[in-house]
Amino acid sequence: MAESFQEVLVTEGVSKCYLPGHPYAVKEVNLSLGRGEILSVVGPNGAGKSTLIQMMLGLLIPDSGRVRIFGHDVARDRRRMAHRINYASTDLSLPYSLTVRENLLTYALIYNMKKARERVESLLSFLDLESFADRKVGALSTGQVARMGIAKALVNDPEILFLDEPTATLDPEISGQLRHLLGSMVRERGMALLYTSHNMREVERFSDRIILMRRGEIAAEGTASTLMERFRTGDLEELFLLLAGEREVEVGG
Amino acid sequence: MDSPPSVSLFAWRPLAGILYRQVVLYRRSLPRWMEIFYWPLLDLLVWGFLTLYLKKIPSFLPSAVVSLLGALLLWDMLYRAQQGISVMFLEEIWSRNLIHLLVAPVTPYHIVLGAILSSFGKVLLSSTVAATLAYFLFSFKIFSLGVNLLFFVGALLAMGWSLGIMTTAVILRFGQEAEVLAWGVIFLFQPFSAVFNPVGVLPPLAAAISRIVPASYVFEGMRSLLTAGTLPVHDLLMAYLLDGVYLAGAIFLYSRVIARARRKGFHLKLGS
Repeated sequence: MAESFQEVLVTEGVSKCYLPGHPYAVKEVNLSLGRGEILSVVGPNGAGKSTLIQMMLGLLIPDSGRVRIFGHDVARDRRRMAHRINYASTDLSLPYSLTVRENLLTYALIYNMKKARERVESLLSFLDLESFADRKVGALSTGQVARMGIAKALVNDPEILFLDEPTATLDPEISGQLRHLLGSMVRERGMALLYTSHNMREVERFSDRIILMRRGEIAAEGTASTLMERFRTGDLEELFLLLAGEREVEVGG
Repeated sequence: MDSPPSVSLFAWRPLAGILYRQVVLYRRSLPRWMEIFYWPLLDLLVWGFLTLYLKKIPSFLPSAVVSLLGALLLWDMLYRAQQGISVMFLEEIWSRNLIHLLVAPVTPYHIVLGAILSSFGKVLLSSTVAATLAYFLFSFKIFSLGVNLLFFVGALLAMGWSLGIMTTAVILRFGQEAEVLAWGVIFLFQPFSAVFNPVGVLPPLAAAISRIVPASYVFEGMRSLLTAGTLPVHDLLMAYLLDGVYLAGAIFLYSRVIARARRKGFHLKLGS
């Protein structure tokens, strides 16, 4: 796949199989992400979303194919682009004995941010975390931990942000606020956002483009409306259930 | 596309970030302070009282008795150097933070270097307190070893850090099932380190094993210095030579495990 000036992330035939003889976790995935774009990757559990993101982050090396970010091969040259990306996942947390403010300062330093303290204070304000900024992580609610995780993911003002189910533990009001903030960062700063979610209404409203994965492969790709039209479903939820089930989906629509 | 500069291997801020977290953890945690001072204090009391008793037995050489306390203080440094690395790594796993670090623009070597610096601080604190107590409670002056003390400590820290890195690699490879190594691996080396007894009293096989343990040369050297007043330079050189081998082996193992983890993904399941 050719990389145009707008594309910040490209995967070229990326495949991963954890155990020889077992099905591929990710198979021959080609996709791209453009500057200022929100791309959702959705699919049932085991579809390969997490493995795909882990290869994009350089945590895993593809068996074949490659991931390029800003033109760099992630498997070989992760250090050249790692400071320009960031990641949050509901599966992760930060040290429990530190406060939110201390954790963010830790990561502002780790990401080599100049004026690290100022950066942390502006993030706390931007994401409205000040009310629990001095509370230890161990004393936070699940939703607060998720919001702190997103703050950590924004600490280096990333050009590409990977969010793995960022709103899964948030109440609808906070989710809406967060989507609004992320949306404005994407539109105003040109940040590219790749995220996964099981909330199809959120995906439908929030994404510029959606990739539906199933059994490690891209089953379909397009905007919410083109996908619903192609598969003749009333909403994405229905399409998701179709994918999650055993019914065969015509790959590529 | 023009890229801003990537984070250099020698950038100070990432290391400062890793160390800052350790400082904050210790600043407000009483149990952590106890961990630094509690065990050395108890060990010191037990062994200190034993030396008081032994000194009263006429057949015991006073210098040999005194070297027990020196051995104890140095052993604690070795133990803490190893633990400082392994336990810090385990804490990253327990707090589900490891992946954040691996995604950040630092290498696994930054993480290890941060752990080494942090463990050095803890060893310094713990040893200073223990040495001060040994002086006031039992009139034992570890500084009577003079500048040679620095060479002994250097050799023991290098061994402790090497074992810490190896343990970290094993935990990374086999997961939390291997976490017992963080506390136990050093004791595997204790019988062959000639901590409280000369190598000469060991059975032949154990003595042969002790010849490839850097710490055995350090403790032999310390005893020689305390009892005979001479430093066997050859022993010290052997300790550093073996440390070099241990360190190279540890870094090699750690690199291999990291590379394999990126292919197999076993590190992604840690702590989950």
